[in-house]
Amino acid sequence: MARDAGRARTRARALVIGLSVTPFGVSFGAVSVATGLSVVQTCLLSLVLFSGASQFALVSVLGAGGGVGSALATALLLGSRNTLYGAGVRRLLALPAWMRPVAAQVTIDESTAMAFAEQPSGLSAYAFWATAASVYVLWNLATVLGALVGRGLGSLSAAGLDAAGPAAFVALLGPRMRNLSAGAVALCAAGIAVVCVPLLPVGSPVLLGGGVAALLAVAVRR
Amino acid sequence: MTLWVAVVAASLGCAALKQLGYVVPARWLQGSRVRAFVDVLPIALLSALITVSTFAAGTRLQLDSRAAGLLAAVLLVAVRAPFLVVVVAACGVAAGVHALGG
Repeated sequence: MARDAGRARTRARALVIGLSVTPFGVSFGAVSVATGLSVVQTCLLSLVLFSGASQFALVSVLGAGGGVGSALATALLLGSRNTLYGAGVRRLLALPAWMRPVAAQVTIDESTAMAFAEQPSGLSAYAFWATAASVYVLWNLATVLGALVGRGLGSLSAAGLDAAGPAAFVALLGPRMRNLSAGAVALCAAGIAVVCVPLLPVGSPVLLGGGVAALLAVAVRR
Repeated sequence: MTLWVAVVAASLGCAALKQLGYVVPARWLQGSRVRAFVDVLPIALLSALITVSTFAAGTRLQLDSRAAGLLAAVLLVAVRAPFLVVVVAACGVAAGVHALGG
């Protein structure tokens, strides 16, 4: 009985998490289409790439006029944390080999966090799959909706949509600013990026600011 | 065409990174410098993205309506407002300032 109650509670939390990503999905869809990607391209990113920060970063760099190389590198670097998530969470899931590729595709911030959060209750795998399903379905529906809305909007700046990217990145960064060293890394990255804007091709300042600040953080930490 | 290359390459690349996590021996990624780097990477990249997407216009630095939107977003995230509120307020403020000639 306690297990049933635990599952019901987990399903409810998974649904809430799914609903909470929908505004992000709608913004992504709208910004992506307003940036110049087609509705199909936008939806493909949500279906296959399926990692909000990487998707938004790709569209942001491309929209600013950055090259494919720097847009791709930024998206991949942001997506690299999912590799660590997979390596950590897979032991909680106890999966048959054929299920691993499916689990890997939906291994993101939300599903990983829920799996670890439910470790004490023994419901890790249940929480992982419930959250993954909820976020995957709602994220993709939200993307379609946003993409259709985005088609109807005029210029990016008149609709204020040029502020949606920065706002989304702030919302993603906020919860990660847990201590002073996180703040120092963020400031360092912002500083390098600003200095590089007039000096380097569009797209490179993000990569250089982000990459160098992260390398410095590791070097200082030892 | 360029957009298609970016969309397909990023989609397959990021999907492959997720698959990699289920294939490599876990100890390769534990407690190493690689792990520390990957942990801190989102903070650094997101901060650089915020800065550039707010203050750059091509290769020029420019202060415009986006900065007003960013300010609204930072204040709302600081008080833990939900994402919907953050993004709608930021866009609304930016659109307002843009309409006023910012």
